[in-house]
Amino acid sequence: MKSKAAAYPYVVWMALFIIVPTALVVVFAFTDRSGAFTLKNIQGVGQYSNVFLRSIWLGAIATVISLVVGYPLAYIIAQSDSRRQNVMIMLVMLPMWMNFLLRTYAWMSLLEDSGIINRALGACGLPQIHMINTAGAVVLGMVYNYIPYMILPLYSVLTKIDRSVVEAAQDLGANSRKVFMRVTLPMSMPGVISGVTMVFVPAVSTFIISKMLGGGSNLLIGDLIDMQFLGSAYNPNLGSAISLVLMVLIFICMGIMNQFDENGATEGGAMV
Amino acid sequence: MRSAVRPAHSIISAKGMHRKMEKNTIISLSNIAVSFDGEAVLQDFNLSIEDGEFVTLLGPSGCGKTTTLRIIGGFVRQDSGDVFFNGKAINDLPPHKREVNTIFQKYALFPHLNVYNNIAFGMRVHGKSDREIRSKVGEMLEMVNLIGFEHRNVDRLSGGQQQRVAIARALANEPKVLLLDEPLGALDLKLRKDMQVELKKIQQQTGITFLFVTHDQEEALSMSDQVVVMDKGTIQQIGTPIDIYNEPKNAFVADFIGESNIIDGVMREDYVVDFSGRRFRCVDKGFATNEPVDVVIRPEDVDIVPADGEHLTGVVQNVTFKGVFYEVIVDVRGFKWMIQTTDFVKTGEKIGISIQPDEIHVMHKSEYSGTFGDYSTFSDEMDEDSKLPSDVTEAEQE
Repeated sequence: MKSKAAAYPYVVWMALFIIVPTALVVVFAFTDRSGAFTLKNIQGVGQYSNVFLRSIWLGAIATVISLVVGYPLAYIIAQSDSRRQNVMIMLVMLPMWMNFLLRTYAWMSLLEDSGIINRALGACGLPQIHMINTAGAVVLGMVYNYIPYMILPLYSVLTKIDRSVVEAAQDLGANSRKVFMRVTLPMSMPGVISGVTMVFVPAVSTFIISKMLGGGSNLLIGDLIDMQFLGSAYNPNLGSAISLVLMVLIFICMGIMNQFDENGATEGGAMV
Repeated sequence: MRSAVRPAHSIISAKGMHRKMEKNTIISLSNIAVSFDGEAVLQDFNLSIEDGEFVTLLGPSGCGKTTTLRIIGGFVRQDSGDVFFNGKAINDLPPHKREVNTIFQKYALFPHLNVYNNIAFGMRVHGKSDREIRSKVGEMLEMVNLIGFEHRNVDRLSGGQQQRVAIARALANEPKVLLLDEPLGALDLKLRKDMQVELKKIQQQTGITFLFVTHDQEEALSMSDQVVVMDKGTIQQIGTPIDIYNEPKNAFVADFIGESNIIDGVMREDYVVDFSGRRFRCVDKGFATNEPVDVVIRPEDVDIVPADGEHLTGVVQNVTFKGVFYEVIVDVRGFKWMIQTTDFVKTGEKIGISIQPDEIHVMHKSEYSGTFGDYSTFSDEMDEDSKLPSDVTEAEQE
């Protein structure tokens, strides 16, 4: 009974700051400015389908890159001795302690046409590259900012894999590639799922990164929502509707991911 | 090594020892030494294992028995010395290329695979056909009594069932040698006894060489063809269970295998030994005249007789009812003996002790002399948990 009482503050917190705001978003999405019920907002989202597609596409690319880069790193960290593990994990998290805005500004000044990279290239007599305000710059910003969220869950799953299970696989005749494909990778799928979730969701809904590194040409859903609330196109009802649709889309994406995980768990042996 | 082994073998068969099954040394460890962080775990370790035998490495925790197993499995690299498999040195062979399989202490089943896929793992890795795999897995499930559990998740199995899956998984690979690292340690007593019988049966049916690691002396005695008693990284004695029990080489072996009274004595001449202030006839010979020795007398070999002048006498310190027998601690001239008897005696009673010549076993003195075989601490802790010196090792492992 005691433990229940201890949970009340959290329940109140959840109700006040999670359930009520979510409900408000739903209410706003289905009402017009006068407060009357309408489906116009939701229908209005349709005209931004290209923005949705671009967000999901860029978010997916950033997620895949984070996974491809982050998995080997997490694996290497998990294999090291514990002292080195701590140092490496700290290095992974170090950029996260620096302000998000500052980090992205730094990339701006690196990537600009007259930025540090291009000046360095020029000094070497190499042709300059246009990097800022491209989709590539947005993806780079996403990967840079969100990759720790990929590495950390992967690392925590990989360190938990019992050494003796790996030895058992070797003992049964698996070389290191087969050990990885048949044991380590399938056993780390929960980490892959949560890493993918933790990178994909913020990447899809980001607005600062696209604003600063993508210029006007790479409008993402986040920017769109930002514009409806704080920007020129002030329309909180449409903004809520866009948020709601985004939420549903993310739910669907995660549902698909989890489905994949369950299949992996039961048929992992047939993966290779 | 091959050249060294084969001729020896042919000499034996040339001499016409046809009654003995043709035995081949399948694994041999030669001058192995290993140390971890500067601490010697195994030193000057030599062991030959015959094909088809059930060999047990027995010793207290930290004696190097698991390390020995891991060296053979390929998980630990020895600092020096050689490992031979069928006469070939396999020092540089990685674990996945060795024709041995291991049953790990905590089974190490693949948690992401069901029972069927766990057992099929080795065969899949080796690229066997689905049909072959299906029939072999079926055969294995039948052997370990797990038919109907194919699609069960391994974490929803009991400890005993997980153990069976581990056995089936290892044997499905048809190894030449099965390494078992304290496989029964996590099971309760009843299940452990059942699995002992079952493992022994499986070993006899398959004819696969079993190398079994345990700290449980009873397990070792009841299952093995050969027992290797180890302590501090060296082999103390190798022999059949009967040899090890009846003819322990030193005080460590005598104490570790069963209960023993180990008394200081002096070997006067062949078949005559003095201890506890008396002269006894015995069946041992070959000692130097007046050589100080350790005398082993098993608690069950002592007969209690009336305290007349003809026998050793002592005062009963403690009596514990053990079901089949009473465990009696007797003070004989300051040395506490343990006697297991069906006769009831009272605490404080003065009794006589009779020992037959063939129940006396004489050993050379060793580094272990004086450290084992006295039950003087026994009565003090009797009320608590009967912390016998030889029980301590067992209690530590639990």
